[in-house]
This record gives sequence, C-alpha cells and structure tokens, in this order.
Amino acid sequence: MVDAKQTVTEIVARADALYHDLEFGAVKRWKETHPGGKVIGCLPTYAPRELAHAAGMLPVYLRGAGDQVEIIRGDAYFQSYICQLPRGMIELALSGRLDSFDGFLFPAICDVIRNLSGIWQLHFPDKLARYLDIPQNFDVEVGGRFYAEELRRLLTDFEQLSGQKVSDDALRHSIGVYNTHRRVIQNLMDLRSEKPWLVPADETYLVLRAGDVLPVEEHIEMIKQYLQSVVELERPMRDHSRVVVSGAFCEQPPLGLIRTLERAGCYIVWDDMTISARFIAGDVSTSGDPCVALARAFIEQGVESASVYSCKKKKGSELCETVRKAGAQGVIFAAPSFCDPALLDQPMLQTALDQESIPWTAFKYAENLGQFQVIREQAGTFSDSIRLWGA
Amino acid sequence: MDNVDKEPSMLKQKEMIGAHFDRLAEAPAQGKKVVYTFVPGNLTELLLSFDVLPVYPEINALQSAMRKRSGDFISEAERIGHSEDVCTYVKCDIGMKRSGNIGPTGKPIPKPDLLLLSYTGCFTFLKWFELLREEYDCPVVLLHTPYQADGEITPSMREYMVRQIRSEVIPALEKLTGRAYDEDRLRECLELSRQAEDDMVHVLESAQNRPSPIDAYFGGVFYIGPMFTAFRGTKAAVDYYAMLKQEVDARIARGEGPITPDGPMGPEKYRLVVEGPPNWTHFREFWRMFSEEGAVVVASTYTKVGGVFDFGFRHDPNDPLGTLADYCMGCYTNRSLPQRVEMLASYAKKFSADGILVNSVKSCNSFSAGQLVILREVEKRTGIAGGFIETDLVDARYFSAANVKNRIESYLQMIEQKRSGKTEEVRA
Ligand code: SF4
Ligand code: SF4
Repeated sequence: MVDAKQTVTEIVARADALYHDLEFGAVKRWKETHPGGKVIGCLPTYAPRELAHAAGMLPVYLRGAGDQVEIIRGDAYFQSYICQLPRGMIELALSGRLDSFDGFLFPAICDVIRNLSGIWQLHFPDKLARYLDIPQNFDVEVGGRFYAEELRRLLTDFEQLSGQKVSDDALRHSIGVYNTHRRVIQNLMDLRSEKPWLVPADETYLVLRAGDVLPVEEHIEMIKQYLQSVVELERPMRDHSRVVVSGAFCEQPPLGLIRTLERAGCYIVWDDMTISARFIAGDVSTSGDPCVALARAFIEQGVESASVYSCKKKKGSELCETVRKAGAQGVIFAAPSFCDPALLDQPMLQTALDQESIPWTAFKYAENLGQFQVIREQAGTFSDSIRLWGA
Repeated sequence: MDNVDKEPSMLKQKEMIGAHFDRLAEAPAQGKKVVYTFVPGNLTELLLSFDVLPVYPEINALQSAMRKRSGDFISEAERIGHSEDVCTYVKCDIGMKRSGNIGPTGKPIPKPDLLLLSYTGCFTFLKWFELLREEYDCPVVLLHTPYQADGEITPSMREYMVRQIRSEVIPALEKLTGRAYDEDRLRECLELSRQAEDDMVHVLESAQNRPSPIDAYFGGVFYIGPMFTAFRGTKAAVDYYAMLKQEVDARIARGEGPITPDGPMGPEKYRLVVEGPPNWTHFREFWRMFSEEGAVVVASTYTKVGGVFDFGFRHDPNDPLGTLADYCMGCYTNRSLPQRVEMLASYAKKFSADGILVNSVKSCNSFSAGQLVILREVEKRTGIAGGFIETDLVDARYFSAANVKNRIESYLQMIEQKRSGKTEEVRA
C-alpha cells in the first residue's frame, strides 16, 4: 500500500515534470543516449507515430506553449481572432526551445495548422516541415489507397532524415508496439469510467500527456505501473457527477482548468484532450503491407473527430455512444476560442445529445487562461443539476 | 453598380445571373435537379453536362451582405447556438436558410437534391456541409481535394481526385438525374471553359497597363463572377468574356482607368496588389476609400479562389477528369504559403505595384492564418510597402469604417513617402 502510494506519487511527479518542461529536457536526454537519433515534433491531433518509431526516431507531440510561456513574438504572427496554439508554437520555436527537434509534422486538421506548416517552411527551411493530408474519403480503394501512398511518402522523408531504411518488418514491429500502447491506454480509460475516484482527471491527464514526449516503450511501462499501483490505493469515492469533456482535442486547456472541473464536482470519465493516442480504436493489423494496414485502420477504426468528415454514422451518435459506455451523466463542451472545427461541430453534437436527452454545458478557453472562477461556477451548477435532478 | 452608366458586359452579367436565379426558382416545377456546391474547386462543367443547376452558398452569403441582410442571418444562426468566433459565411447561410432561403432576386432558392461537397482549400467547408446535411434530407457526395503542401501536385494526389470523381461524384450525379455520364458533353463544356478562361486572363492581365483599365479586386470580383460560378463551360460565359475583353481593350486604347460605382476613376496614383477577400457589407464604401485616393488594385489573390488561370492552367477537353482534378488542386487557397508568397511577389513585379495590402478577414482562417508572415515575406522579396487592414466578409460588426479608412490613408502616405525617398516608416 505504502509502495503503491509512493509509486503513484513518483509516476505523477515524473509526468508533471515532463508536462512542465517546455525546454524539452527529455528530448535532449534522448538525443544524448541515442547519438545521431532524430526527433520529430508532431502537431495535433493524430500522427502515425509508428512510422517515426520504425525509422529509429523519437516522435513528440507538441501542443503549443500552454500557460507557462509568455507569448512575446508569437502574437506578431497571428491576428487576434486566431486561436492561441500557433502563437505558442512560434514562441517555442523562436525562443530556441525546439532547436533539438529535427523535423515537424503538421497533420491536416484545420486551416491554422495547415498554414502553420507553410510558416515553418518559410521560416525554418533547414528543418523538415511536413504536412500530412488525411483522407476524407472512406473507401479503402480510394481514400485508403491515397492515404497509404501519403504514408509511404512520409516514411521516405523519415528514412532520409534518419538515414535509416525501414523494412516492412520493422514497421510491423512498431505497429505492434503501438498496439500495446493503445491497449494499456484503453485499460486506463476503462478504469476511468469504472472507478474515476481512483484516477483523478489531472493525474490521468498528466500520465497520458507523458506519452507525448516519452519513448513509447517507456510510456507503456509507466501506464502499466500506474494502473497496477493506483488500484491498490484507498481513494474515497465522492458524490461527484460523471461527465465527458469534448472539443479540446487540439489546443489544450490549462491543467488548472482540468483540476477546476474536478473540484467543481465532476468526474471526467472520458475526454478528447488526450485523443491523439486513441485516435485509432483497437489494434492495427501487423500482417500484410504495413502502410496499407495503417491506412485501413484510420479509415475503419478512426474515431469521430471534428477534423474528419463524418459520413459513416449520424453526427454525434459516437459521442452519445461514448456517454453511454462511459456511464456519463452529461457532456461538457470545452473548446478553444476561435477553433472553427470544434465550434462548428458543437451545434450538431448538441442536437444529437438533445435528441437523447443527455444534458450538456459549454464554455471556451485559451491555453493560457488564468482565471477559472466563472468556469468553476458553471461546472459546479451543471454537476449539481445532473447529479441531483438528472438534468 | 446602379449609379453609373453600365457597360454592356455589366448588363449581360446581370441578365445571366437573373436568368440563373429564375431557373432555380422554377426548378422544382420544371423537375430540374439542384446541386449545392462550393466555389473553390467546383465541378461546374460536370454538373452542366448532367443538366443540373448549381447553387453556391458562399455567393448567397455575399449577396445577402451586399443587400444588408447578412446581419439578421448571422444573428439568427448565433441565436440557435453557433459561436460568434466561427466563419460568418456559414452562419449567414444557415440563418438565410432558417429565414426562408430567399435568393438575391427575391425568389426562393430551392432545396438541394444533392450536396456536392467540393472540399477545396478550406476545412470549414466540411463542417458547413455537415451542417447543411442536418438541414436537408438529401444525399451528400464529397470530393476531397488534397492540399498542395509542398507546392506541387503529385501523381498520387491527381489519381486520388480522379478516382473520387469517377467512383463517387459521377455515380451520384447519374443516380440523381437518371442520365448516363456523357464524356463528349463534358468535353464540349471544357472547351467552352478554356475559351472563356483565355479572355478572362487577358482582362486580368490588362492591369499591367498604365493607367490600369480595371480594378483587379473591387472590379475583379465582378469579372470572376461568371467564371467561378454557374457559367463556366457555357456559351454565355464565352460571350460575356469576349465582350468584357473588347470593353477593356477599348479602355486601354482610350487611356482610361477603371469604372467604379461612382463613375470613371480619377487619375491613377497608387498601384496595389491585394491579398485576402473583400468586405461585402460595405463593399462600395470600401472601394471608394481606395478610388477616391487614386488607388487602383492591379492584382489580387481573391480573384483566384475559384481557379488560378494566369499561370497557364486551362481546362483541357482532352483529359476531362484529370483537368478537373488539376483545376481543383490549383485553386488559390489550396496552395501552400510559400506558393502564395511567390504568387504575390510575382504580381508585384509584373504589375509594377507600389504596395501590397492585406485585407485580413476575421472569418477565414484559410486565408488569414499566416497572412502577417506572407506580408513580411513579400515586402522582403520585393521591397514594396506592405499594409494590413482587418475587416470581415459578411459581418458588419467587424467593419469599422473610420478605422479602415484611416489605415488606408496612412498606408498610401507611406507609399508616397517611400516614393519620394523619405525613409520614415509609417506602418499602416
Ligand atoms: S485549436 Fe482549433 S483552430 Fe486552433 S489549431 Fe487547433 S484545431 Fe486548429
Ligand atoms: S473559412 Fe474562408 S474559405 Fe472557408 S468557408 Fe469561410 S470564408 Fe470560405
């Protein structure tokens, strides 16, 4: 018991340190122990990290500068009506914090990240700045084929950057490693919805975010140990409501905001803040052409997301399903200000929830938000209403 | 342009648009099928070959703004839960639909029989048609245009597009109309497009003259109208552009400048390249802020959103589906930032511009994210003066006339100072 408590404390402290280290000490240390190793920074939401892993590289998710870095230069790059994340990215880059990165991957999730890839091409021509188009056509023979070719092209770029040729077997091995990663994360998510009092939202968040920067093998071990230890703790079950948080898939809310929600009486039993590592539900096949397997998985097992055209199911049906599966009583829409994908999605998702009489509330944030009082009151009132009166 | 003597091409365009909206209003009674689609990367020739009528929601939105109706429509959309932060074109369209879907000629626009989501150069399009899909009970077909992130069209991108057109878009149109795909008919339309494109490019290039016979932004948005919407691929468009070309050539011969809503423009004093869409809610007032100062726009990127033709691309009847793919992928907002910088810098040179001005609209992340960097790069490469103003497309709340006018005036002063060799930096 004492050991378990200590283990959890240590894991969370480590995750917290990684989260707060925007000098990316972990990346520098990795480079020291992997001479010649290359690091690729991946922007949200989903990057096929298997490709980088197979090329012997360290893929690292980058999610802006949070609330820790003062934006001095970044604001000169973007108008006031553009979200905060790209300013944070520019600030990190211009302040030298990203110097140890060798390349950057910009997945196709919105026009801001898309155009940020162009800014990178113009400003940092000596670094790989790669945009990755994701298919919006979900026929395996059409969109799947295109995406598999895009992945092959990306792999070639990674091979060039790392100077390492990637065999199909190597890529299949990496897929296998990430399958394990997906499974342990799923175990954590399951525990969250079963016994949320054991895995507080800020802790889970930090442990999952540690996977943004740690080598995947280390992260798998971290989650396993966390899970093993946390179930042994005697943490009291509180009279909290159970909520799903939706809309925070890209620019992240500050940690203080996540804590505020829980303190306001909400157990977060599911969220899309950490959707990157769960973007593909289940295992990716480790047989056949590995790029085709990754493309197929994206098309057939990709989760509902604002940046992916929804044609498979009725819009919002997946969110309703998530609410049911996670045993949630309501949804909190937390979206970054000026985030077109999240904010344009919301009315459709809200309609779907209304049709199933699932209560919701909504607010906006920025990654550097400093005041949580209003949100605390809003979340508290929402939590009370769904807990006491069912809506 | 009601206040001035209209040139024949203006009257012709008005007549063409009027007739199109009449056809739309009559479509349900006539049993004609209606397809909603977007301007960038539109497949108008293919639609025409199936004899269906296209509707472009962005055009409805901008026309609502010009008729001063967009404010109510946007309020309506915000009332039903749309965020203040998002693209106002979408909200204007949703609000207009909720308010009866009345078109610019006062007649109703029929419901779509098919939503053809030509998703080119803007993520908001995805959301927009997901939203429309909730409003209408009709099939949707999506055409995903890959982005030219590395400044090129790869064979894989092209193949992806052709495959989508062949295996998704064409079958959807066949199902809708009960007609088989007629490639010869498509080729005929593409040939007509090519002809009209030649003349349109001639008109846009005419701005190299001094004085420029056209304003390639405020006037330009009228010139691109038929080409970017329901008329590309028709004989009417060919005739329109031939007529426009003649008029422009005649103005060059007479040494005349552009015609503005207030009549012929006075002496040309400043030649500008403009990046970004215009404001539609105060369109005339906005134009006047330039024309009164003798500032003429000699090239603009907004007039390339529905196709970039001035670098040589023409629709090619010999490769019908491949050419549609190339056209879509080549549209302005589907181009990378380095390509956009390159294009603007080449305009500055080709059109002997005195300055580059960005009109940054709040609505449009596709255009706006990165514009400050684009501006600095173009300034650096060309040495011409850069200016920056902020407005919105169809939301009048973001058009502060005094502020915009002020900025334009100080920007033009800066050009003047640069010209007279003064080094003092006055930033617009
Ligand atoms: S927060 Fe939204 S708009 Fe901003 S970069 Fe992320 S997805 Fe794009
Ligand atoms: S974001 Fe820009 S390109 Fe996209 S729909 Fe809005 S105005 Fe059009």
